[in-house]
This record gives sequence, structure tokens and C-alpha cells, in this order.
Amino acid sequence: MYTQALDTHGKEPAAAVTEADGPARRFQSRIDAEDKIEPKDWMPEAYRQTLIRQISQHAHSEIVGMLPEGNWITRAPSLKRKVVLIAKVQDEGGHGMYLYSAAETLGISRAQMLEQLLSGAAKYSSIFNYPTLTWADVGAIGWLVDGAAIMNQIPICRCSYGPYARAMVRICKEESFHQRQGFEIMLTLSQGTHAQRAMAQDALNRWWWPSLMMFGPSDADSKHSAQSMRWKIKRFSNDELRQKFIDITVPQAHFLGLTIPDNDLHWDEAAQHYRIGPIDWSEFQAVLKGHGPCNRERLEARRRAHEAGRWVREAAAAHAARQARRAGEPT
Amino acid sequence: MSETDWPLFEVFIRSRSGLEHKHVGSLHAADARMAIEHARDVYTRRQEGVSLWVVRSADIVASDPGEADALFEPARDKVYRHPTFYAIPDEVKNL
Repeated sequence: MYTQALDTHGKEPAAAVTEADGPARRFQSRIDAEDKIEPKDWMPEAYRQTLIRQISQHAHSEIVGMLPEGNWITRAPSLKRKVVLIAKVQDEGGHGMYLYSAAETLGISRAQMLEQLLSGAAKYSSIFNYPTLTWADVGAIGWLVDGAAIMNQIPICRCSYGPYARAMVRICKEESFHQRQGFEIMLTLSQGTHAQRAMAQDALNRWWWPSLMMFGPSDADSKHSAQSMRWKIKRFSNDELRQKFIDITVPQAHFLGLTIPDNDLHWDEAAQHYRIGPIDWSEFQAVLKGHGPCNRERLEARRRAHEAGRWVREAAAAHAARQARRAGEPT
Repeated sequence: MSETDWPLFEVFIRSRSGLEHKHVGSLHAADARMAIEHARDVYTRRQEGVSLWVVRSADIVASDPGEADALFEPARDKVYRHPTFYAIPDEVKNL
């Protein structure tokens, strides 16, 4: 799964200074002491709203993230690849469910969150607004997109909010299989025919920059980081995590014999880091605003699924009500 | 589009026989049977359990965090409930 720096969306709720002084101070000192906050504990309204926004957007990303890969289930090149891809897409659905549950502990309902997604009011990770044109894209998504997501998510396992941290522990455990199966697809293609190698390179060319953008704007432009760091919702800056991802991923691309699509990429011996060329943030902003290649298609698919499932939800509710009546319980 | 959610259930898993059921999370379901089926899909995709409990969240009565001190503070100064409270000479064995 997949979060990009989700704190970049929407407007920041008013800072905690407006809250009653005593509880706010006690709250912050609990956070400073690495104590976890649980659903019924007092918390500043801004902390609650920040978490609702971040966790629900994270959940939406999991659900929308099922679409680009689901696109290839019927065309997976072997039965093995097909069962693996089905399992991975099912995991993403499961991750969405863990996260929606975590968000609900903060006082928002599942129906409200769904409504925000389907109306377009809520954001999800912009990476899923890119199309999966070839089978190699399934490999590149596992390797790069899940790889970037893992980098973002591991620190959230220590988030100050208990239910979110616990959901992330489960998710991170499952995520590693996603990344490895993706890399294995890329490895197989890169050792294949000329056309297969070209397909792998083309996928890397298209997914490299969007994957780097998943870490969110550079620190200089990231408005909400400081407060999230104070609250220990966030532990590392966007640029720190991006750099870490670049440093581990570039050698993996070399192993595959593929070329990172960046002429400025070089090894900085003094700093012991890979340095990349400038990121085109105008593309990121455009996709975020709804002008990516698939924004409309993704939301349409979610709306269609929601409508098509309506009769099932109604039938299940009617069945449950009748069973309860027969059992003589209040419904 | 304002649908109401199915009831919320809390899910508990016994990871293997001999261990207690442990809370793992929650989910929505129309009834208890569906809750078990969903819990299977959502929480046990990797052999996490051999038994499931689901309980309607509305049926759980929880203590109030605001009363935590009143509930748990009295245990804090009763160190004599712990074996290390008692000084026994080293030469005495098997105690």
C-alpha cells in the first residue's frame, strides 16, 4: 500500500493553541513521553481532524490502488502470476478496511468517508491516476510504488495514535511480499527477450518520477510537517524518506540492468548519497488537482462499483432484519 | 446517497489452540454470521488464527479513561503484592 505524504492535502485545522491549556499541555507531554493516544482519550480537535484526514485518505488510496493492478488480473501471463496478483489486490482491499476502521475510532462514519471519496472531496495518492499500460507496470508498481509506500509507512507504525499505529503494523507485515513479487516480475522481464527488457525499461521510465513524488513536496514547501512531527504522526521529513528510497532503489535498478530515467543522477561520494535531477512538481500538482491521465476513470470505477453493489447491501440488511425479527430480538 | 453503515463488530482471534482470543480490529457486517465471514477475509489471510470471536461493538462496556486513576491508582502502592518485596537471605534456596 500506499500513502504519499498525505498531510499535504486539504487545509490544516486551527492549531492546538485554542484548546484549553491544561489538557493540551498534558496531551503534548504524553506524546513527548512516547505514550500512545487511544480513542477515548482527550485529544486536541486539530489532532483528531488531522488524523481523520490522513487515515481516511490513506484508506482511499488502498481502495483506489486496487484498480490499476486489478486491470491486469485477467491478463496475467501465467497462473502463478495471476494467483499472486489476486492475493496482492485482495491485501490492498484489506489494508483499506484496517484503515477505515482506525479512522472510525476518531468519530467519522464509514459512510461519510465513502461519500467524501465518491464525491471527489477526499484525496487519494496521486500515483494511482497513472495507467497500467503493460504487464511490466504491475512489476514496477510492486517494486517502486509499494517500495516507496513501505518507506513512508514503517515510521507510521510508531505513530502516536494507537489504532493507526496498530493498523500500520499489520499493513507493513504484508507489504514486503508486494514489493518482492514486483521486483521478481522486473527481474524476469529484464532477463528475457529484447522486447521484454524494453518493456521493463519503459515501465521504469514511466513510474520512476511519480514514485519519487509519492513522498510529497520538498521540505521547504511542506506546510504541515512541523505540527505532525510535534504530534509524532510523522517522524521523518519528505526529503529524508525520498533520499532513503533513492539510495536503496538505484542499485536495484542497476542489478536489473535498467537505466534510471534521469540524466543528472550521480553518486555523491562525499555525502554517500545518490543525487537526482530536479523533480517536475507542476506535474504532481496537476495530477493532484484532477488532471492526471486516469483521475476521472478511477472515480467513475469506484462510483460504478458502489452503485452496482447497492442491491447486495440492501438484501443483506433486509435478511439480517428478518433473522433478528424471527429470533425475537430487537433489530 | 446517505446510506447507514452496517453495525460495527469487534474481532478477536485465537492464533493457535492454547492461547487466548486477542482483539485485532473491527469491521462492519449486516449480522454476526457475515461478521465472521468478513473477519476471515480481512484478518486471517495468512493463517493468523484457528478461531474467531465477533462481538457487536455497541455491546462492549468500557472503563472511562477519565476514571483510570480512581480505578488503577490503588494498586500502585501495594508493592507487597509482589514477591520481590520480601527480603530473603541469599543462602535460602528454592523460595
